[in-house]
Amino acid sequence: MKRLLALLPLLVALVFGGFFLWGLNPDRDPSDIPSVFISQPAPQFDLPPVEGLETPGFARADLIDGTRPVVVNVFASWCVPCRAEHAVLTDLVTREGVVLYGINYKDKPKDAVRWLSTLGNPYERIGSDLNGRAGIEWGISGVPETFIVGPDGTVLFRYVGPIVGNKAISKFRAALVQSGAITEGNS
Amino acid sequence: MTPEFGHFALAIALAFALVQSVLPIWGASRGNLMWMRSARAFSLAQLLFVGLAFAALMRAFVVSDFTVRNVAENSHSLKPMLFKVAATWGSHEGSLLLWVLILTAFGAGVSVLGTNIPEPMKARTLSVQAWISVGFLSFLLLTSNPFDRIFPPPIDGNDLNPLLQDVGLAMHPPLLYVGYVGFSIVFSFAVAALIEGRVDTAWARWVRPWTLAAWMSLTAGIALGSWWAYYELGWGGWWFWDPVENVSFMPWLLGTALLHSAIVTEKRDAFKSWTILLAILTFSLSLLGTFIVRSGLLTSVHAFAVDPQRGLYILMLLALSIGGSLALFAWRAPAMEAGGIFKPISREAGLLLNNLILAAATGTVLFGTLYPLFLEAVTGDKISVGPPFFNSSFIPMMLPLVFLMGVGPFLSWKRADLGGVLQRVKFVAVLAVLAGLAVWYLTQGGPVLAYLSILLAIWLLFATIREWALRIRLFDVPFPAAMRRARNLPRASHGMTMAHAGLAVAILGFVGSSAWKSEQVVFVEPGTVITIAGFDVTFEGVERLRGPNYFADRGTLLVSRNGQFVTTLYPERRRYLVAQSTTTESAIRSTLAGDLYASLATPASEDAEASGAWTLRILYEPLVNFIWIGAFMLVLGGGLSLSDRRLRVGAPRRAKVDPPNSVPAE
Repeated sequence: MKRLLALLPLLVALVFGGFFLWGLNPDRDPSDIPSVFISQPAPQFDLPPVEGLETPGFARADLIDGTRPVVVNVFASWCVPCRAEHAVLTDLVTREGVVLYGINYKDKPKDAVRWLSTLGNPYERIGSDLNGRAGIEWGISGVPETFIVGPDGTVLFRYVGPIVGNKAISKFRAALVQSGAITEGNS
Repeated sequence: MTPEFGHFALAIALAFALVQSVLPIWGASRGNLMWMRSARAFSLAQLLFVGLAFAALMRAFVVSDFTVRNVAENSHSLKPMLFKVAATWGSHEGSLLLWVLILTAFGAGVSVLGTNIPEPMKARTLSVQAWISVGFLSFLLLTSNPFDRIFPPPIDGNDLNPLLQDVGLAMHPPLLYVGYVGFSIVFSFAVAALIEGRVDTAWARWVRPWTLAAWMSLTAGIALGSWWAYYELGWGGWWFWDPVENVSFMPWLLGTALLHSAIVTEKRDAFKSWTILLAILTFSLSLLGTFIVRSGLLTSVHAFAVDPQRGLYILMLLALSIGGSLALFAWRAPAMEAGGIFKPISREAGLLLNNLILAAATGTVLFGTLYPLFLEAVTGDKISVGPPFFNSSFIPMMLPLVFLMGVGPFLSWKRADLGGVLQRVKFVAVLAVLAGLAVWYLTQGGPVLAYLSILLAIWLLFATIREWALRIRLFDVPFPAAMRRARNLPRASHGMTMAHAGLAVAILGFVGSSAWKSEQVVFVEPGTVITIAGFDVTFEGVERLRGPNYFADRGTLLVSRNGQFVTTLYPERRRYLVAQSTTTESAIRSTLAGDLYASLATPASEDAEASGAWTLRILYEPLVNFIWIGAFMLVLGGGLSLSDRRLRVGAPRRAKVDPPNSVPAE
């Protein structure tokens, strides 16, 4: 028993070493993270509306019975890049008719309401994720982050960081076209 | 010629290391005193030649010798002298050379200062240290020669990453490395003890000062790095749970556990194999950090240029050193005799609990840091693990530890009287709860966890002071008598009080600055007034300035409170021309109560810049300076403990203490 116990650290180290060896594969790019959750069902969550807003909250159920893909955007009033991204998202909603849901991540309802009333509210539904629980479920690494969810509730695309600038917008647009949220001609 | 000379010096150092890795340990097993003593000369020679190589590289940076590739890629002739010097360790090659320099310095340190260590033990330890030297010197020479020439030489250099051109950060790597690499000597002691097959109280006494020294540097290094992130990155945060931060934090956590378990080994001859294991694992985690930062295994802002070949070489070194030492442990440790026995309520048990919690916390951080890699390997999914995971798993683990830290020092060895201890801390507990309630009343609103943490921090602070007061019988005997008792108290005891109180102070800072932070991100035009935490901040505008190797946009902010002028803040945004990147230089008004922190973000759009409108981030972080004060107290506590006469390196052994009740393992 004692021998076995003394052997344990070595065994753990060997397992770690095996993973490291695998990880050194030069074709691997750890900073390329967009493929998480891709083709996986969206996680389970149920968020209340933001206090003081008319916009309804949303849960996983709202993502499933839709007839068209939905864009889920994680945002917060304290996040500077979100401000820049807001204009891009608004544009997609007003010009292209994209369905946009928001997750208001770790934000004070008061601040969120003020933020949306100054900048405008393009969101059809907004869930208030006060404690960041839904953020963990979605596996976000920061704010903003944007997902495209298919009509059956499958995550089709994930974008980390703000969709700002031509390169990012065209990448996101391409993903929207591919998922069927918009048609090519509109762009 | 100097660079070639430096290269040559490294090769000679490798030769010395090779001899040192064989001769002394062989001498120890054959009982040849001459061979054992040769370790001293070899380790000093190693230090000398690595030092010469380091000086040669530094000279190349100072005179801006752009024929050296490393200098051309990381320096610039217009850079201030301090940063030219600091650029010596700003690159992968240079920092590795610093790594090796510190490694050899610790080896030489033990060979010169460790006069109370028996020759065979010392010889074995220094040979093991030389094995590590051989590994890293060959790594330098074979894959990352810092003295490579470039032809044709460029006219001027690429400049060091501007984020790193900062006084705090110039000092951060050396301190961090002294910490990281300092644990190498503890590792060598542990491996030597395993080879010798015995661990006793004397062994723990030789190891403790080196552990303390390494731990102090690591503490200072981490604190400095976090302070740098706080004022340089412009986000107002001081810890981001970034993989590279985590890999420096894990050796700290485990090193802290080691410090405490070594006490038990020293005083009670118990926890022997556990202390050895901790010594091995602490250095293993340091090595792991080096590996992760330099191999591109995980994604991080800190990563050096990635080269799979280097990664493979370090992984091989890791396999040899960690695998080898753990195999040795698996073979030898079961034979080690258990030492002094103790009751479930005793200081030993308290320290055991401390070790378990610290080890579990280290495991959690390790798991969270490497989980993306594991998951990707098994399922192919890529994720990143961020602060939410660490905050929700690490903090709840630490709270019981903080509670325990308050009680622990009251417990006596072997068997403690729980009733008596509770009697003595009852008053402190009531005081802490009252203080917690007062904070709750004053702030009105905040997470429950924050109040709990504050309460526990106050509990720890008061309990620590109470324990100290009891020890010197502050209120029982007249004041001068109490002071005399304080003077006679071992320094290590003062050190513990200082360090524990330091942690309490730091926790106040952690909680205050994260739970009650106010933050505003606003578009401002000249004349805009922002109100935050009772301050009125007026944005006056932005002007363009010129620095030695950058242009700066400097904002002017007039701060007043209740109409009274307080101060003027000048946050800057610098554009480094050669390195083609920008940095934020935040402006901070620091007081003990909290920091008013301002940083300029980019103008939101092109026309906004023309009109003088900027995005401004203003934060008020209450108590944030307590973090650095607490960290300073931790280091100071370590220093006090290190100056204890019992540990004083090289202090003559006092009248033969009773022979350590060492038990040969075989």
